[in-house]
Amino acid sequence: MSNEPNKDLFVMAEDREDTSEKINRPSLTFWQDSWIRLRKNKGALFGMIVLILIVLMALLGPVFSSHGLDDQDLSLSRMHPKIQGLENISWLGLDGKNYQEFEAETLELADQRALARFQQPDMEFIEADVKQEPNSETGEPAVVKYAFDKYAAQGVEEYYWFGTDTLGRDLFTRVWLGTRISLLIAFVAAFIDMLVGVAYGGISAYFGGRTDTIMQRIIEVLVGIPNLVVVILMIMILDPGIVAIIIALTITGWTGMARIVRGQVLKLKGQEFVLASRTLGASHTRILTKHLIPNTIGLIIINAMFTIPNAIFFEAFLSFIGLGLQAPDTSLGTLINDGFKALQVNPYIMIFPAIVMSLIMIGFNILADGLRDALDPKMRE
Amino acid sequence: MGKYIAKRAGYMLITLFIIATFSFILMKLLPGSPLTAEQKVTAAQRAIIEAKYGLDQPILIQYFKYIGNLVQGDLGVSFQLKNQPVTKILMAGVPVSAQLGIWALFIGTFFGMLLGLLASIKHNTVFDYGANIISVLGISIPSFIFAGLLQYFVGVKLGWLPIAFWGTPQQMIMPIISLSIFPMAISSRFLRTEMIEVLGSDYMVTAKAKGVSNFALVFKHALRNALIPLITVMGPMAVSLMTGTLVIEQIFSVPGLGEQFTRGVLTNDYSIIMGTTLFFAFFFILVILIIDLLYGIVDPRIRLSGGED
Repeated sequence: MSNEPNKDLFVMAEDREDTSEKINRPSLTFWQDSWIRLRKNKGALFGMIVLILIVLMALLGPVFSSHGLDDQDLSLSRMHPKIQGLENISWLGLDGKNYQEFEAETLELADQRALARFQQPDMEFIEADVKQEPNSETGEPAVVKYAFDKYAAQGVEEYYWFGTDTLGRDLFTRVWLGTRISLLIAFVAAFIDMLVGVAYGGISAYFGGRTDTIMQRIIEVLVGIPNLVVVILMIMILDPGIVAIIIALTITGWTGMARIVRGQVLKLKGQEFVLASRTLGASHTRILTKHLIPNTIGLIIINAMFTIPNAIFFEAFLSFIGLGLQAPDTSLGTLINDGFKALQVNPYIMIFPAIVMSLIMIGFNILADGLRDALDPKMRE
Repeated sequence: MGKYIAKRAGYMLITLFIIATFSFILMKLLPGSPLTAEQKVTAAQRAIIEAKYGLDQPILIQYFKYIGNLVQGDLGVSFQLKNQPVTKILMAGVPVSAQLGIWALFIGTFFGMLLGLLASIKHNTVFDYGANIISVLGISIPSFIFAGLLQYFVGVKLGWLPIAFWGTPQQMIMPIISLSIFPMAISSRFLRTEMIEVLGSDYMVTAKAKGVSNFALVFKHALRNALIPLITVMGPMAVSLMTGTLVIEQIFSVPGLGEQFTRGVLTNDYSIIMGTTLFFAFFFILVILIIDLLYGIVDPRIRLSGGED
C-alpha cells in the first residue's frame, strides 16, 4: 500500500506535440546569418567603412576638384598641402607653408640658401625663425627654420588639399584617380582569378580520375613558379599598362583559388544531396553550378578578398622596379614612387598616396579576416 | 621518405626547366634589343656584335646552347657590363642580399615570436589587442612605405642613421628593419593562434593540475608544440623577403641582387634579367622543398601521408 505513488504529487503532462515543432525564431538565410556575425566584429566593420569611403572618394573625389589629371602649371609646383579648418593647427603642417631648416656660418648665408631653395628674390613671403645664433668663437653654425608661403607668393586663393607635385599638378585629383586605377586593377584581377580558379578547381574535383590527376599535375608545376618571376616576365613582353599588369597578375594567380575550390568540391560531391540530384537526372553542369559551387561561395569570397590587397601591392611593387604603369596613367604605386624621388625635401608628395594605399590594404585585410569568421564559422580561430 | 624526396626533386627540375624555357621565349619576344642604346652602330658593326653573342644563329640553336650552358651553371655574359659573366655579377650581389634577408628573417621572427607569445599569454587583454593591431598593420602596410617613412623620419629629419648604401652597421639598420616587419607580423599572428589553441588543450590542463610552474608550462610544454606549425609560414615569408629585397635594395641603394635586376630592366640587359629570374626561381623552389621536407621530419603524421602519395 505504502509503495503506491501518491497520485496527488503528479500532474498530467501537457500534450505538446503541436508546440514542440514550432519555430520560435525567424529562419535566417546564409547571408543574414553571416551579416549578423560580421556586424559583431568591430574591426571588420571599421574596415568596411574605410573601404566604402575610399571607393566613394575614388569615384567622386576627382569630380570635386576643378583640376585634371595632367593639368601642369610649373609656377604652381610644390605647393604644400593646405586644408580649410586644419590650417591653424600647426603640428599638422597643413597650412600650405614649406618649412625648411638651414645651417650656415652666418644668418645672411642661411637667408641666401633659403632664397635659392624657394626661388624667391626677397624675404617677403618667407618667415625666419632663428633656432640657434651663430657663434664665431666656438664655430657653431646658425640654424634657421624658414617657412615659405607659396600661396601668398603666387597669389593663389585656392586650397590644394594634398598640395601639388613637382610639375604643379594637383595631388588631390591625382591621388583619387590613382586609387581608382589601383582598385580597378585589383578588382578585375581578383574577378578573373575567381572565374578561372572556380571553373578549373570545380571541374578537376567533380570529374576526378585521370582528369583530376592531369589538371593537378599542371597546377603543381604552375604553383612552383614564383609569382614574382611570372609577373616580371609577363610585364616585360607586354607593353606596360593596365591590361599588361592584370594579365601578369592573373596568369598564375588563379591557382590558389582552384586548389581551395577543388578541396571543397571533393568534400561535397560524395554527399547525399548531390547523389539525389544526380538520381533525379540533373546534368553535370547543373550539379556543378547549382549545387557544388554555391556551397563553396563563402570560401571563394574570402579568398577573393585576400587577392585584392595582394594585387594592389604587386601593382605598386612593379612601379618600383620600373615595370609599372607609364605616364600619363597614374596609380597609387606610381604616385608613391614619384613621391620617393622628392622624399627628402617634400615628403608630403609621398605621404598622401602612401596613407591611402595603407588604408586600403588594412581595410581589405581586416574585412577579409572578419568575413572568414562570418562566412565560415568552422574556420574561426 | 626517400621516394617522397625523389618525387619532389623531380617536380622541382620540371618546374625549373619550364621556367628556363619560358624566360628564354619571353626574352626573345621582348621589344628593344641590347643594341638599341648604341646609336652609331653601322650594319656591319651590328653583325659583328651579333655574331659575337650568337644572336645571328637560329632561335632553336640559341635555345639549346642556352639550356646546355645553364646545366653547367653558366648564365651567359652581360650585354652591358663589359662582358662580365652573369654568374660572376650575380655572385657579387648574392652575399649582400642574403645578409639583408637573413638578418631580416631572424630579427623579424624573433620579435614576432615575442609579440605572439605575449599576446597569447595575456589573451584578451590590452597586450593582446596591441599585438593584434601591430600584426594587422605589419601584414597590410607594404614594406616600401615603411622604408620611406623610416628613411624620412629617422634618416632625414632626425639624422640618426645614414639614408642609403650598405656596409657599416648603421647603414644596415634601416633596410633590415623595413624588411623584417612582414616576417614579424606574420609569425606573431601565427604563433598567437597556435599558442591559444595549445594552451587550451587537455594536456596543458593536466600539466597544470600536476603542479608544473607557469614558466615551464609556457616554455617547455606549450611553446614547443606551437612552434612546429610555424614552419608552414616560412614559405610565404621567403617569398615576401624576395619581393621585399628587390624594392628595399632600390630604396636604400643596397648593392644586392635586386639592384642588379632593376638595372638590367632599365638597360635591356637580357642575360642579367634572365639570370636573376632563374636564380630567384631556383632559390624559391629550393626553399619550398626544404620547408616541406622539414615539416615531414618534425611532424610524423605528414611523413606518413607523404610516403603514401
